[in-house]
Amino acid sequence: MDQIAHHIPDTMLRAYAAGQLPRPFELVIAAHVSLCDDCRARLEAEDTLAGTLLEGAATPAVSDDLLARMLLRLDEAAPPAAPARMGIYPGPVAEALNHQPPRWRAAGGGVRQKILFEDGKGSVRLLWIPGGMAVPDHGHNGLELTMVLQGAFHDETGQFRTGDVEVADESLEHTPIADEGVPCICLAATDARLRFRSLLPRLAQPFLRI
Amino acid sequence: MQQMPPEAPSTQTEWMLAVRDQRDRAAFGRLFAFYAPRIKGMLMRSGMSGAEAEDVVQDVMLSVWRKAAQFDPARAQVSGWIYRIARNRQIDLVRRAPRTLPEEVEIETPPEEDPGQQLAFAEEAAKLRAALDQLSPDQREVIARAYLGDLTHGEIRAETGLPLGTIKSRIRLGLERLRHELKDLRP
Repeated sequence: MDQIAHHIPDTMLRAYAAGQLPRPFELVIAAHVSLCDDCRARLEAEDTLAGTLLEGAATPAVSDDLLARMLLRLDEAAPPAAPARMGIYPGPVAEALNHQPPRWRAAGGGVRQKILFEDGKGSVRLLWIPGGMAVPDHGHNGLELTMVLQGAFHDETGQFRTGDVEVADESLEHTPIADEGVPCICLAATDARLRFRSLLPRLAQPFLRI
Repeated sequence: MQQMPPEAPSTQTEWMLAVRDQRDRAAFGRLFAFYAPRIKGMLMRSGMSGAEAEDVVQDVMLSVWRKAAQFDPARAQVSGWIYRIARNRQIDLVRRAPRTLPEEVEIETPPEEDPGQQLAFAEEAAKLRAALDQLSPDQREVIARAYLGDLTHGEIRAETGLPLGTIKSRIRLGLERLRHELKDLRP
């Protein structure tokens, strides 16, 4: 996946490493790192630094029998394997889909969606956008991460292809348009409802639930 | 040449490879002796009692044993690899839910060791270590708090305006090399 051009910002990657991102964003980062050697390398380099610090860290005494108890457990059953890819869906997404193809629901304007997770604070979904179709012009109350899984889209800020992640914050009002050709399938996470600028999409918003 | 102490990174790598390739319990015991207290300390930094921390240490070291096949000495030092397992476990416990992890990079079985790549990585990690050693104890503690305690890097920056510059450039050098190695691992 050499052509990935839009990566995860450092601060977000560190927040991911520290387990401090909400679940919707965490899924996008895990999906991107599954495809992106650069971001994986950045994460692993951070671990190298952290490990070096751990080597020099404090060494409180441990119970004398801890190792003995530990050795008795070495033959316990192994944990489940890491998530495996399913077609265009990176392992973490495949896992969120329970390894079944998504059951798309119409979301208006020819767009389909499959909500993977939502709670009061945010959501993450798959979007299926026909080639050439625009997603309604919208701004954000919070942060939106969009990762392309198939096809491509472009907006005022640039073009996004498979593996790329667009990070959109409150300052960005944009109109993403799917490139001509195959439908664009995206993984989109938000931590707040989107604000649509025109009346019609606003009416559709409760339906889209974004 | 100076005799390396028994806990030197290269020695630890040998132990870890013995665990990975020979399922060597004695080598595992040596890793345990080195890391169990340090992991316990890390867990206690974020408020866990000693007894709770020891339970988690067991879970972490059990994962080290089980996941040993994933250890790649051309990409990771033992310390960084074990740190990640311990940190993930700690995060799961704090959040009471398993976090979402990326796919694992496929490692050839049996892995084709490339001494050149391993050496290049070890040299880069040694430079990182040297850069850390050049910091004052206070600066070092601030960074340790970020990685071993429970603060974010964002908070750290705001607190001190830290000289992460040297370390960051080391990380970047390491990154570039890691990136190429990862690419080489891809089919």
